[in-house]
Amino acid sequence: MTDATAPLLELRDVSKSYGGVHALRNVDFAGRAGSIHAVLGENGAGKSTLMKIVSGVIRPDTGEMRLDGRPVAFASPREAVAAGVVCVFQELSLVPDLSVADNICITDPPRRFGLIDRRAQRRVAAALLDRVGCPGLDPRTRVKDLPLAQRQLVEIAKALGRNPRVLVVDEGASALSGAELARVFAVLREVRDGGALVIYISHRMNEIRELADRCSVFRNGRHVETFDAHTRGHDDIIRMMIGREMTGVFPAKPAAPRDYPPAIRVDHLSWDDRLRDIGFTIGKGEIVGLGGLDGQGQRELLLALFGVLRGVEGTVAIDGRPRRIDGPAAAKAPDIAMALIPEDRKTEGLVLAMSVADNIALSSLGGHGGGILIDRARLESDVESMVRSLQIKVGDVNRAVATLSGGNQQKVVLAKWLMTKPRILLLNDPTRGIDVGTKQEIYALLRRLADEGVAILLFSTDLAELIGCCDRVLVLYRGGIARELAGDDITEMNILGSAFDVALTGSPGPARAAGAEVRP
Amino acid sequence: MTRGLRAALSRNLGLLLAVGLFAALYGLYSAQHPRGGSAALLVQNSNESFALILAAMAQTVPVLTGGLDLSVGPLMTLVNCLASRVLSGGPVELAFGILACLAAGTLGGLVNGCLVVYGRMQPIIATLATGAVYIGIALFLRPTPGGAVNADLSAMLTYDLAETAAVLGVFDGGQAAWFQPFAPIPVPLLLVLAVLLFVWVPFRGTEMGRGCYAVGSSEGSAYLSGIDVDRSRLAAYTLAGLFAAMAGLYLALQTGTGNADAPQAGAYTLNSIAAVVIGGTSLFGGSGGVVGSLFGALVLRSISFNFRVFDEASWLGALADPLLQPLFEGMVLLIAVSLGAARALRIRNRLQLFG
Amino acid sequence: MRNPLTALDKPALFAAGSILLILAVGSLYTLSTGGGLTMLSPAYLSQQLQIAAFLGLIAGGLMMVILLGHIDLSIPWTLTAAAMMATSVGGPAAVPVALAVGLAVGVVNGLGVAWLRVPSMIFTLGVNTVLQGLMVLHTGGHAPQSRSTGLMEFLATGHVLGLPMAALVWAAVSGLLVVLLTRTAMGRAVYAIGNRESAAYLSGIPTNRVIVGCFAICGACAALAGCLLAGYSTKAYQGMGNAYLLPGIAAVVIGGTHVLGGRGTYTGTVLGTILIVVLQSVLSVMQMPDAGRQIIYGLVIIAMLFAYGRDTGRAG
Repeated sequence: MTDATAPLLELRDVSKSYGGVHALRNVDFAGRAGSIHAVLGENGAGKSTLMKIVSGVIRPDTGEMRLDGRPVAFASPREAVAAGVVCVFQELSLVPDLSVADNICITDPPRRFGLIDRRAQRRVAAALLDRVGCPGLDPRTRVKDLPLAQRQLVEIAKALGRNPRVLVVDEGASALSGAELARVFAVLREVRDGGALVIYISHRMNEIRELADRCSVFRNGRHVETFDAHTRGHDDIIRMMIGREMTGVFPAKPAAPRDYPPAIRVDHLSWDDRLRDIGFTIGKGEIVGLGGLDGQGQRELLLALFGVLRGVEGTVAIDGRPRRIDGPAAAKAPDIAMALIPEDRKTEGLVLAMSVADNIALSSLGGHGGGILIDRARLESDVESMVRSLQIKVGDVNRAVATLSGGNQQKVVLAKWLMTKPRILLLNDPTRGIDVGTKQEIYALLRRLADEGVAILLFSTDLAELIGCCDRVLVLYRGGIARELAGDDITEMNILGSAFDVALTGSPGPARAAGAEVRP
Repeated sequence: MTRGLRAALSRNLGLLLAVGLFAALYGLYSAQHPRGGSAALLVQNSNESFALILAAMAQTVPVLTGGLDLSVGPLMTLVNCLASRVLSGGPVELAFGILACLAAGTLGGLVNGCLVVYGRMQPIIATLATGAVYIGIALFLRPTPGGAVNADLSAMLTYDLAETAAVLGVFDGGQAAWFQPFAPIPVPLLLVLAVLLFVWVPFRGTEMGRGCYAVGSSEGSAYLSGIDVDRSRLAAYTLAGLFAAMAGLYLALQTGTGNADAPQAGAYTLNSIAAVVIGGTSLFGGSGGVVGSLFGALVLRSISFNFRVFDEASWLGALADPLLQPLFEGMVLLIAVSLGAARALRIRNRLQLFG
Repeated sequence: MRNPLTALDKPALFAAGSILLILAVGSLYTLSTGGGLTMLSPAYLSQQLQIAAFLGLIAGGLMMVILLGHIDLSIPWTLTAAAMMATSVGGPAAVPVALAVGLAVGVVNGLGVAWLRVPSMIFTLGVNTVLQGLMVLHTGGHAPQSRSTGLMEFLATGHVLGLPMAALVWAAVSGLLVVLLTRTAMGRAVYAIGNRESAAYLSGIPTNRVIVGCFAICGACAALAGCLLAGYSTKAYQGMGNAYLLPGIAAVVIGGTHVLGGRGTYTGTVLGTILIVVLQSVLSVMQMPDAGRQIIYGLVIIAMLFAYGRDTGRAG
């Protein structure tokens, strides 16, 4: 082991940008051997980009990385692993069709006569699974047959099997709770005590408090500060992550709750075991928020309303008439006029390789006059006016939408749907990974649309957004509505509180609630 | 253990279906055939199936990586024509000839792999192009069908063990009493086992072989896991070339001539894809294996065997028309792939349809 | 506004340049052997256009499917089945019957690919075999009429205003396809689906209907090509479509359409078709043996792919 004060891993002046958008700007980072180093920041702060650089998935545009004081440049994860830098990836690096044992020993398996020794491999895997607290799992099981929590344990076991000197855990324990999580923490401490550097990324503040020796905070692609974990309080850290006061970001809400005529009414909506007996109405001109812990059925609810899910039970009435919506094509028809801003704008919201103009026109192609043929002049002017009204920053609308920044891309998605003149607008976390300025514009746009009579259902993982934007908030828990908040009751305490309260009474999930994401 | 067994069963459902289908079809054939179940018939049938089995094996490996090899038939034809030029003379020449044939096929596969990996071309179009080139080279080697393949070698490898022993002059020319129980075993059957045991099993047991599955199952995960994606893919096409070479070599031994027959090459390619699918290998890659394709090829062959023996007078008389054969083969293929499609109808979140 | 769907892009320019190069090499050859500039004579060019029409129709339909990221391997027997049904029905109904056969086969392909989600490569392969089986039955039991009708022969070999009728048919179909691809909602949908089907679906595009529609168009184009081919050789026969599948795919890809869908121009496909036809013709004029022709043919595709058909992205 080297001198304890010298950093084991060091990054100097590292920058990375994607298509003109800076993911990291001139970042310095240093982690010591024998410590657990938490990396904190909002979505889009650059944490994952940093970790991808560390583990060789991407290469920085500028700057250098040093391991043990020697400069290194990993061309691939393979080289990083060879140097002892191992990552537990947020999106997991498990091969679904291979067995647990195959995955754990995927590089450098035990060999016999030059071939992979399957029995030895199973032994190795079983020992590692035992270590991460998953002793009952048969190493011959295919990974694709495992639930997410077990996959994460397998991913961690796989990383441990590579004897890391630097172990990066990028949201790699997000599905774990209770005893499983405690076991993983113990293992991470063992790894630290063995002289390795553990870099831990999580949104759960209490995990950080329990585990971290050092913390580094990132914001908007920049390194803000690094400090010993116990020297700062919760509030300090959150302030560093936000770096701004939230006042003035949101447009004013209507002074008093009004009596909205209902635009959509949902009764007894159920799907699989993910949505249970959901009922609510949204009025014309009302913004209703969907809150709760991550993964409580909010995304499924939006997809169910939009007709994407099969086998949905219950009734949905639009303007008082019960309707069957069997897909987006039906949902956008003028008599329903529903729109959905989907979760992943890169794969669901946009056709990245097509131009800005084509993307904006994509949902409303039949609607620009000209009968069968597209009236190109009219389409062009419609697109232009949409670009102007949403202030999409693009030089030439014929450029591929992939070249735009995240915020402008999201505006293109919004523009695409506003072209259809929706009366009901569903949004799935529309401001994720978007700069503050654009966020503000989107909030103002939502309020403007509401004032024009559009009914809006907004799911957000950002508490402040729910509080600042919504007239009412539905808190979901395990696929059902746990609580409905309105007016001044919409507070951080109440939203989190209701998620927690229910969580604590719901039987198998108490620890899960303890791991609730606290997002500023 | 039963849990492990059940898991293994569900994992190999496609393979089991192919085995079952083959057993049923071949059983039907044997029951109808006057010499059904006889050793001579078995020799004849395995002889007729072996080249397609090897072609199907060749197709399997690129498919496992999520690719495809449209040059399997042409490469096989190329080696067939090469073999018809070099497989003559004494034992030493023959040995070198065989090596040259295998090397040529492997090289062809390697070229495919390089185009896909380093040229970053789509496998389907890259192998379409190399397929044309390989057919062209085959035509150069053998502008008109012909050539002679060493008859002894041919006899040794395409009949039964008795014949092999006779050619080699061992075991009293195959007449030794103790040898009789083994004498009727068809040599192609043993060759299949040998290929599985000495080529496929070792390959599967290497990191490269497992890498092929990993790349096909999830290229992103494979890359993040530190697998050498390029090398695995290169290995897959190269191994396909080796299998195709064996197929071409066997075709030469079986027919005794070389024939640069482009339609036949195309038919072998298409049948190899069909065999792979019937054998339960996913066209998206990641699961399956050459054993399934072996049975997939046997299913296809069994269908055509059956059309030789259907008796107009029997209860299958309505099917006796040999003109029905291609229709029947097509239906089997369509039904086999549509069974797998039941998954699509069960999916509850339509977004998952788009993968 | 520059329309990115029809403009001459790099592959198209490359293909056009290659066509000129091939013609130049061919002309040098004919000059050197004392044959004069036959390559540039109107008669020769008009004959090439006529031959290109058969491949062009197939490539045009195939392009619709390839733009979606799919493929249609049933073309050989769709073409043959359409031609055989047309000749055995005969009379004025021949061509409509052929088109109906092509449309029906295309719809079946589309249903299997869109609703059953079977990979198009394998589903269309199965359909191809089934069609072959049906046609073997059709011609095996009795001997149906296989002589093409007068209209089919006129479409294939006739001349109007000195232009080959086949080329005019090709031009008409091309016009329809260009309008479809560039000026209609369906055309935009085709590109969107080929790029990212999930985004197209969530944009409210009826993706399954578009997929079925494209396969139907592909089938109909193959059927029309079948009519013309039968007219050209005065009869329909088994195996008449076999020589057109791979050149059809090659024409589309050489023209710059991405095999995985989402990118490609119709101009490119036309140029790709002409390139292949001219290449084949020049090689045969130069009395290149079949072996050399195949090799050059394969190398040209590889060279084109090296020039512009490569994936730029990579995993991770």
